[in-house]
Amino acid sequence: MNEKIILNYNVDSDDFTRAGEASGNVKRNLKLMGVDPDIVRRVAISLYEGEINMVIHSNGGAIEVIISPTEIEMILKDEGPGIEDTELAMQAGYSTAPDNIRSLGFGAGMGLPNMKKNSDELKIESKVGVGTTVTMKVFIS
Amino acid sequence: MTIKDVKDALGARYVCGEELQDTEVHAACGSDMMSDVLAFMKDRSVLLTGLCNPQVIRTAEMMDIVCIVFVRGKKPDDTMIEMARERDIVLLCSGHRMFSACGLLYEKGLRGGSPYR
Ligand SMILES: Nc1ncnc2c1ncn2[C@@H]1O[C@H](COP(=O)(O)OP(=O)(O)OP(=O)(O)O)[C@@H](O)[C@H]1O
Ligand SMILES: [Mg+2]
Repeated sequence: MNEKIILNYNVDSDDFTRAGEASGNVKRNLKLMGVDPDIVRRVAISLYEGEINMVIHSNGGAIEVIISPTEIEMILKDEGPGIEDTELAMQAGYSTAPDNIRSLGFGAGMGLPNMKKNSDELKIESKVGVGTTVTMKVFIS
Repeated sequence: MTIKDVKDALGARYVCGEELQDTEVHAACGSDMMSDVLAFMKDRSVLLTGLCNPQVIRTAEMMDIVCIVFVRGKKPDDTMIEMARERDIVLLCSGHRMFSACGLLYEKGLRGGSPYR
């Protein structure tokens, strides 16, 4: 595996049933490539949290995953509404999710902290009214 | 303990995955919040939950959860069963409430992992 492998997915907002399809597909691909199970798990958890956020909080967008021999980079780009205060959003327990989301099992404000915990690099760029781009990297070995 | 031991301890029934009943489980977690499961759960565990939607199966997939026990008599629908089959995840249904179900497994020696700090 010397070249880069790029995987692309569209993420619809509010399609709760399908949320996680991209993450599941990435996980299966990494497994098939023989990537270390611990790395696969960290990528799957980080990406799934990010994908769920796109479905619940954003107007939809796209995910690009770039797999190279040394790292796995995940770029999650959505079309708004954006995050006003990213530092606040990163705090454990902070959530703007409505009650109906909580009854679906999400909205504890644990997603972004968990993405930070499971990835080696996390960058959030957001502009209110424009959109959010979350970039995460997990290094291999 | 194995998935079969979990099933017997809870007097539960298989929804799917009976053929995987000899799989070993190392820990368990009981929660209706998938956010918490994603943040705190350990590898190769059993998940006990009263939540019944496709994201329970997806969460299990990401976390390498080998068996899901639906408590309080919750029944997964066909979409969820199909998803679980494709992912080799065993589904069990139990009439017990969460507290009792967790207690019964604890009694049999299953643990939840180290305390959160
Ligand atoms: N892509 C996004 N677009 C807009 N807002 C977002 C996005 N991602 C996160 N946020 C905001 O950041 C907050 C915190 O996100 P985080 O993932 O930590 O928690 P949550 O999604 O509310 O709950 P949980 O992840 O525990 O289910 C969200 O409640 C939301 O206000
Ligand atoms: Mg979240």
